[in-house]
Amino acid sequence: MKKRVLAGILALSMTGALLAGCGASGSGSSGSADAQATEAETEEAAAEEEAAPEAEEAPAEGGATAEHAATNEIVIGIAQDLDRSLDPHYTVAAGTKEVMFNVFEGLVKYDSNGDTIPAVAAEAPEISEDGLTYTFTLRDGVKFHNGETVDLDDVIYSITRCRDDENVNSQTRTGLACIADLQKDGDNKLVMTLSEPNTELMSLLTLAIIPSDYDQQDTAPVGTGPYKFVSRTAQDSVVLEKFADYWGTPGNLDKITYKINENAEGLMNGLSSGAIDLVSHLTTVQTAQLDEEEFNVETGTMNLVQALYLNNAVEPFNDIRVRQAMCYAVDRQYVLDMAFDGQGFLIGSNVFPAFTKYFDDSLTNYYEFNQTEAKRLLSEAGYPDGFDMTITVPQNYDPHVATGEVIADKLKEVGINATIKKVTWDQWLEETYNGRDFQSTVIGLTADPLTARSLLERFKSDADNNFINYSNAEYDELFQKAITCYDDAEQTEIYKALEKNLTENAASVYIQDMADMIAVRKGLTGLTFYPLYVLDVSTLKWE
Amino acid sequence: MKYVLRRIVTLVLTMIMVSFLSFAAFHLISGDPAVVILGTSATPERLEALRRSMGLDQPFLIQYFRWLAGFFTGNLGISYSYQQPVAALIMPKLQVTFCMVMLSFAVIIICSFPIGLFSSRIAGSRLDWLHTTFNQLCMAVPAFFLSILVTYVFGIALKWFRPGAFPDLAKNPVGAMHYLFYAAVCIAIPRIAMCVRMMRSTIIGEMEKNYVRTAISRGNDRGRVLRRHVLKNSLVPTITLLGQTMAEIVSGGIVVEQVFGIPGMGRFLVLSISNKDYPVVQALVVILAFWVIMAGTVADLLNQTVDTRLRLGGR
Repeated sequence: MKKRVLAGILALSMTGALLAGCGASGSGSSGSADAQATEAETEEAAAEEEAAPEAEEAPAEGGATAEHAATNEIVIGIAQDLDRSLDPHYTVAAGTKEVMFNVFEGLVKYDSNGDTIPAVAAEAPEISEDGLTYTFTLRDGVKFHNGETVDLDDVIYSITRCRDDENVNSQTRTGLACIADLQKDGDNKLVMTLSEPNTELMSLLTLAIIPSDYDQQDTAPVGTGPYKFVSRTAQDSVVLEKFADYWGTPGNLDKITYKINENAEGLMNGLSSGAIDLVSHLTTVQTAQLDEEEFNVETGTMNLVQALYLNNAVEPFNDIRVRQAMCYAVDRQYVLDMAFDGQGFLIGSNVFPAFTKYFDDSLTNYYEFNQTEAKRLLSEAGYPDGFDMTITVPQNYDPHVATGEVIADKLKEVGINATIKKVTWDQWLEETYNGRDFQSTVIGLTADPLTARSLLERFKSDADNNFINYSNAEYDELFQKAITCYDDAEQTEIYKALEKNLTENAASVYIQDMADMIAVRKGLTGLTFYPLYVLDVSTLKWE
Repeated sequence: MKYVLRRIVTLVLTMIMVSFLSFAAFHLISGDPAVVILGTSATPERLEALRRSMGLDQPFLIQYFRWLAGFFTGNLGISYSYQQPVAALIMPKLQVTFCMVMLSFAVIIICSFPIGLFSSRIAGSRLDWLHTTFNQLCMAVPAFFLSILVTYVFGIALKWFRPGAFPDLAKNPVGAMHYLFYAAVCIAIPRIAMCVRMMRSTIIGEMEKNYVRTAISRGNDRGRVLRRHVLKNSLVPTITLLGQTMAEIVSGGIVVEQVFGIPGMGRFLVLSISNKDYPVVQALVVILAFWVIMAGTVADLLNQTVDTRLRLGGR
């Protein structure tokens, strides 16, 4: 008997160890790392789990007509759960912001052009001549979802918290550091005094206004947006409802349910069966499965910079000629054709096309596909026969993996032998991104907040997040000039010069802004695209 | 009584050991949860603040004993990924998975015994090869593929249920069970095939024994001998297999839960592991260990009831 007990204990301990072991590998193999899509900047999130190549045939004649229309609600399928905290100031995942965009508003908010328009503030602020004093007038009677009226204390609390709390994203914090003083003037005017002018202040002031005396933002967030948060069930669903007391144009739909399924097959089944009405971030393989009678497929942009990022500090990419050769050797159109069915928007520097103010299209074709030129540069740099290199890709993001593979194929033609190294998302974060231990990697970077600074600051030689180790004295100098320049037009020019600097020095092989395919059930209209990673549900309606 | 007591002590000790090993393995193998949570917006000070708030700055053993103390006082901790109490998070998922597993188990039992008996009856006949081939096929087909097939045929083509719209178990138990039934069948099919094979081979082996030959030669009805004597003696290996099955269907359910979009424990476990949500993983691993041991214990007890020869060891 004793022996049996002992054997039992041993066997079970092994089971436990096995479980833990499986677990660790599970994080990658299940592709579910999306779940944490913990992500401020890099991210293209989402539905691209295992794209299930052998997916079933397209569903036969549908039948699941829009029955959610009867109850005036919709179900949106998302591939990953939201952040651990729903507090808008602590949010890191792009997927969380995408949902909570409908719940929170700032003094100002983005419209579909990416411009800021007044929200909790009644109108655009009065700005003093020297650009140091902003006077905001509060909109009358803006209500929080808990029924309380927004007052100046709430606004001051929200702004100060974003500026001072160490859990807030550092771009936002450093951006807001210029706010020296916030004073009430009467009961509806806010006077904001800056220590130095900041042309990007308005983008930063899209930060969510939340009640000052409410301590459950983590789990039951309260904001002022057109939809209020109702409930969240871990790894299952998030429910929003129309906010009856919204100050502006109210939403059309009464109830929005976000259904979470990390399995792409599950999402597609949900669409076919009528359980789900809308799914974003699909691949062309997936949209091809959909029944055209039942769904419209809309194409937007992911609003990110997808590139083969090169580690500028390691051999052979510390040589500009090699980097340029890489740019010439990669046929970007071929990448789009092979991996994305021709969908996508080519870019030439670290800004995506939807960010029209800063996007410089003349850089897009700076390096035309040219293998002869690539070979010439390679031999000039001392690699006439090419070299061996590694492309690290996060395996949970299919599009990046596919891009890496197509690039490796093309590089072979000029003698460069590229090996694909697939890593899990947390490995990618730890080793590649934070550890900077890589040669090259394919990833997408987004802008958060939506400012040129957040896209370009990382290439300053001493930036914390300069994971490609780009180091260029002229760039550093220009950047310093850009952030201390208070004339908008002039500053825009400097940012464009920075983009050009990245292109000319071939900091990386810039590829594209990926197309974002959205399946929308027929009858559902009003989908609006933003140059941000958001889905505005307030404009959606059933016909 | 002594036996029961001993079992309980074993159970508790095993659960503690499993929890320690999984805690240790987790700390050794995987990275820092704070890094995963913050992703690319991590800065050293932000990481530090988060680690402190999650108690990750403490030494490993202290973290473990803290957890253990919490476990015994009914406090499973707060989930890293959701900032909600673990118990409240996993309870609905446990209910769903429990229902699915029980349904699946019922399907296995209801199908295995008649088919197993039938299978041993026709052994050697012309139908036999057809049956064994089919059985082999059922054993080999992955649950993943079955799930896709079933959702497509019954969900999308026939519309008997609606894939992706799992009804709330508390609000609509009948609808939820109906939905779970399809998943349960997907999990059950390969297991049924295994049970059938097990029964078939033990019954055939048993039928060749002397006592059976004697019984039949004395004029007893073949079917009666099979039911009254052979079946009882062949049950032991099958029950043991069923005990294992009970433990395995929980893990077998993970993929099925994903394809069917069922908010169950298996899916939650996998996601929590990749999110490095230790408190949730710990709780689930211990519950799984409990489940495995219980399934084994029940199978043992049943075997002792069926086959009194096995009782010797229990004294």
